[in-house]
Amino acid sequence: MTTVTEPPVTEFEENDQKPVGHGRMLRKEDPRFIRGKGHYVDDVQLVGMLHLAILRSPVAHARIVSVDTSAAEAHPKVKLVVTGAMLAEKGLAWMPTLSNDVQAVLATDKVRFQGQEVAFVVAEDRYFARDALELIDVEYDTLVPVVDVRKALDPSMPIIRDDLDGKTDNHCFDWETGDKAATDAVFAGADVVVSEDIVYPRVHPAPMETCGAVADYDSIDGKLTLWSTTQAPHAHRTLYAIVAGIPEHKIRVIAPDLGGGFGNKVPIYPGYVCAVVGSLITGKPVKWMEDRSENLISTGFARDYIMRGEIAATKDGKILAIRTHVLADHGAFNGVAAPVKYPAGFFGVFTGSYDLQAAYCSMTAVYTNKAPGGVAYACSFRITEAVYLVERIVECLAYELEMDPVELRIKNLLKPEQFPYTSKTGWVYDSGNYEPTMREAMRIAGYEELRREQAEKRKRGELMGIGVAFFTEAVGAGPRKDMDILGLGMADGCELRIHPTGKAVVRLSVQTQGQGHETTFAQIVAEEIDISPADIDVVHGDTDNTPFGLGTYGSRSTPVSGAAAALVARKVRDKARIIASGMLEVSVADLEWDKGSFHVKGDPSKSVTIQDIAMKAHGAGDLPEGVEGGLEAQICYNPENLTYPHGAYICVVDIDPGTAQVKVRRFIAVDDCGTRINPMIIEGQVHGGLTDGVGMALMEMIAFDEDGNCLGGSLMDYLIPTSLEVPDWETGFTVTPSPHHPIGAKGVGESATVGSPPAIVNAVVDALKPFGVRHADMPLTPSRVWDAMQGHPSPSV
Amino acid sequence: MQVTMTVNDEVVTKEIEGRELLVHFLRDDLALTGTHWGCDTSNCGTCVVWLDGEPVKSCTVLAAMAGGHEVRTVEGLEQGGQLDPVQQGFMECHGLQCGFCTPGMLMTARALLDRNPNPSEGEIREAISGQICRCTGYASIVRSVQWAAAEQAGTRVVTPKEELRA
Amino acid sequence: MQVPAPFEYERATSVDHAVGLLERLGDTARLVAGGHSLLPMMKLRLANLEYLIDINDLHGELSYITVEPAQIRVGAMTRHRELLESEALAAAFPIFGDAEKVIADPVVRNRGTLGGSLCQADPSEDLSAVCTTLNASCVIRGRDGERVVTMEEFHRGPYETAVGDAEMLLEVRIPVRANGSSAYEKVERRAGDWAVVSAGAAVWLEGGTIVDARVGLAAVGPNTAGLPEISEALRGQTPSDELYARAGEIAARSCNPATDMRGSEEYKRHLANELTQRALRRSVARINERV
Repeated sequence: MTTVTEPPVTEFEENDQKPVGHGRMLRKEDPRFIRGKGHYVDDVQLVGMLHLAILRSPVAHARIVSVDTSAAEAHPKVKLVVTGAMLAEKGLAWMPTLSNDVQAVLATDKVRFQGQEVAFVVAEDRYFARDALELIDVEYDTLVPVVDVRKALDPSMPIIRDDLDGKTDNHCFDWETGDKAATDAVFAGADVVVSEDIVYPRVHPAPMETCGAVADYDSIDGKLTLWSTTQAPHAHRTLYAIVAGIPEHKIRVIAPDLGGGFGNKVPIYPGYVCAVVGSLITGKPVKWMEDRSENLISTGFARDYIMRGEIAATKDGKILAIRTHVLADHGAFNGVAAPVKYPAGFFGVFTGSYDLQAAYCSMTAVYTNKAPGGVAYACSFRITEAVYLVERIVECLAYELEMDPVELRIKNLLKPEQFPYTSKTGWVYDSGNYEPTMREAMRIAGYEELRREQAEKRKRGELMGIGVAFFTEAVGAGPRKDMDILGLGMADGCELRIHPTGKAVVRLSVQTQGQGHETTFAQIVAEEIDISPADIDVVHGDTDNTPFGLGTYGSRSTPVSGAAAALVARKVRDKARIIASGMLEVSVADLEWDKGSFHVKGDPSKSVTIQDIAMKAHGAGDLPEGVEGGLEAQICYNPENLTYPHGAYICVVDIDPGTAQVKVRRFIAVDDCGTRINPMIIEGQVHGGLTDGVGMALMEMIAFDEDGNCLGGSLMDYLIPTSLEVPDWETGFTVTPSPHHPIGAKGVGESATVGSPPAIVNAVVDALKPFGVRHADMPLTPSRVWDAMQGHPSPSV
Repeated sequence: MQVTMTVNDEVVTKEIEGRELLVHFLRDDLALTGTHWGCDTSNCGTCVVWLDGEPVKSCTVLAAMAGGHEVRTVEGLEQGGQLDPVQQGFMECHGLQCGFCTPGMLMTARALLDRNPNPSEGEIREAISGQICRCTGYASIVRSVQWAAAEQAGTRVVTPKEELRA
Repeated sequence: MQVPAPFEYERATSVDHAVGLLERLGDTARLVAGGHSLLPMMKLRLANLEYLIDINDLHGELSYITVEPAQIRVGAMTRHRELLESEALAAAFPIFGDAEKVIADPVVRNRGTLGGSLCQADPSEDLSAVCTTLNASCVIRGRDGERVVTMEEFHRGPYETAVGDAEMLLEVRIPVRANGSSAYEKVERRAGDWAVVSAGAAVWLEGGTIVDARVGLAAVGPNTAGLPEISEALRGQTPSDELYARAGEIAARSCNPATDMRGSEEYKRHLANELTQRALRRSVARINERV
């Protein structure tokens, strides 16, 4: 059935031939972290700093009758108490979201989700601030909460967004993509049609560091310095200028070290605005750091897509079309970070890695009385949902056709000669060579041996499952003609400066949250100009000394900022070549570049190093005509297209038939992210994403009861995998460079979070095949697996 | 009230409230910000320090309770300018990404190797099972601890790939 | 992170001092040992006290595992880790090791104590089920001296024990009988989570016949369930899969689990059945291994 390919040449052998840039180098940022000298927002201590705490609504939907702050104000350690009404007077009670909706900073008329911000206090320390919250008395008149997303549009439901003019229901938006008529026609004529209801429940990125900010407004200078947990410092700065009316050149946003982001640190949260207001009013620095419960119940969640997937195929397994309807729960305010023209992000890639004749998606998005958000947790703008849908529905097709799921996929995967490939929903996949990736995964897994083992175990009543997922995702948003967030184009800048003594500084607009930019970007630049990464300083996170850009969401850095870094380094090298031609008194065309020097063609003894050139650029004596002094360059990179990494994952699970507990025995992940900059860092990114998948597939969910109480408000309830729930990961790779990216890199940060949930769910469902189970929703906790075994799986939402 | 304790071999005395948590005492009163906090329910473990040589979650210990006892934090791992093998191991094996859970992991790893100098993979995973990492997927943390174990036993083999480092 | 409301901190220097403080300060005072049940509740402001009495200095006095011919006495301040590492306890009552491996996590186990867990009396708490299974008694000290109560008397309901306001738990006594062993089975959604359901079993054999058997469940209702009906059904019988199945069926219908995020009622009853069978089977296997 399948052929086994030879293992590829190891990267270490290849690296022997390569210059200093790419390869498995240790991280430059580690020395401070292992000493406990990282500098996170809560580590910021300023003289006279005060602490802010937020009073939040205990109920999901209610009118605010009255807010009495007199007791809090009388507390001797309290410096300030602010309510929604007070903010409204300053025009600050509402702020724009990243989706062109508005969100309350502090509630004025109503509260619209449990945990919504109602008032804040500023006090001398965090303990007193917390105490003072109990002294604020709010009277609520509760309203019926809209919790069941399937009922949100019922006429009997109260209107949540009565703050918007003319709102008569809880409808948020409709969206569609693809060709409905063509798709319906294909379905009508198909041999086989499989339909399944597939839920991607609400989950949360839950980085280990919660969100927070320290606002320091200098009233004499009129300058606001804001340390905050932001993945997008520049975009935030522009938004603060618009919202708070402080001139943009007087705002400095500093993202210091971040303890993880995963998309949770993209939005502007009311707490940040409260800290700014607190500092403006008190004239002192004000710190706000949220609790974990605040983080889980009020900040940007992810997913919450109720999908109906349909797949049409021939009886011998040629996939013809995919059709889907999605009900999207956007919470009380539409807070998703998505490019303006794409309210459903990049969900259009639900066509997957397959050659379809037609595809169509219709979507209805609604408001509910839950926290705002939706796009986070390595979502790649809804690609996690899209890939989950297609890989689950393809698996359901395999089940119905009684076909091996790998065989079914290989039969339908796009072929390399089809690239660049325009999908039936209009996405142009840059490059891909899918089948070798799939086969490499099979080789590492020992796929045929696993199926033999499964067959034997099934005879004995043991439950073993093998799950496969193949994904293509789209990252690196995006070309400015198509993509902007709130009118800000998604281009990114980069600056490179070589000092006289040949050391370098590269300044980025993207913000690391742990993925190693201080190392990988030094490597990218090193590869181009052959200055050792140890001699290249990477500066990021401070709007005062970095170029403008839209930030890092989960995979954007390498495709966009990485491209910018490579291109700016080439620009510097081009200038260096001209200076070298002057130093060696030859024409530019007579020079060759090799391992950090320019030498005269045919006469290697006549050469100058990049360090020599740097000194010359700053030194005395003439430079060639038209060349200015210094050795630096700056660019703003507008990506030509997104990049499309892909991967093939295989998961092996064992289920205890008596207790229905799932154990992930093995996980094989083969990723193709194009050119690989640092294999060690890539492996780390993949491992982390695979752990996310175990979490979402088996235990993570932000659930609500019928009153709209959030049941996932602590890490005791929102379960994140520990070292005991995950196996030792088995990873491999193939390399299909991106044709339009300067170094052919595609990015990898989100891939594993995208591809692993379907692989694990497919494995569990495969294990339950003896029970006639074709689908079961995440999270597959023991109880939910047991329900499926009894023949009554329930949707998780 | 006043509390006196030994932190990283230094005796400190401070005025505190009875309710102040040890993690805040270390971070805010002593400016030892290497120890972190990340939850409300004693689940995440980013606050792990040593109390009388044993790893504890400092968010669930009152500073007052530590009075008269010995506390060691990540800042006290390095001795005489020399990094502890676990610190070196985490760098060598990419056992950290964002660094937020790292101090706690290091303290637990060091305590494990003090009691069990050659732990199995299972024992390492068990030892860190009360601490959450959202970045690494744990396998590299396991390797980091194994590296440290081999290093201090003098059994670590220098592999050809290490020569490739910039 | 959330923080407790203000309170006065006191440190006890002896058992008498602790009891005296409790008496003087009244019902707004509570003892704290490991603190990993009480402090989280105080941080969430679910428990508000005026006085907290730290008894950790009594660890030297109250942490012990003493083996006597007819019983093992365990001091209330014995930490979870010490219970897990005790070879004496493992030899006599393997159920302790089974349970401790899956209570909380290794770092929390460095602080939490047997007494603290029992006095917290959370319905999902494992050591209460263990002690019920082993027919343990609790030694309580008050101003007027000591009294001994059975586990049934000790554990009154959710978060409610027989320990009065001015009393403290000193010791747990576990009777030792020949030819017995024990085991604990727990299902959790993830390492460190509270149990979905747990079952402890202890069995004593004589000439291949069950002389006595006890089963205790956790997380299946408001009270930790000891199940005398199972003991009656098993006494005098020969161990067999059918017998375990009968015990399991009794367990399933004798408990009162609630549907929640950990699982449906139906699933929990199934687990009560399944885990009872497994714990009994393993207890018997352990006895036979020793022979």
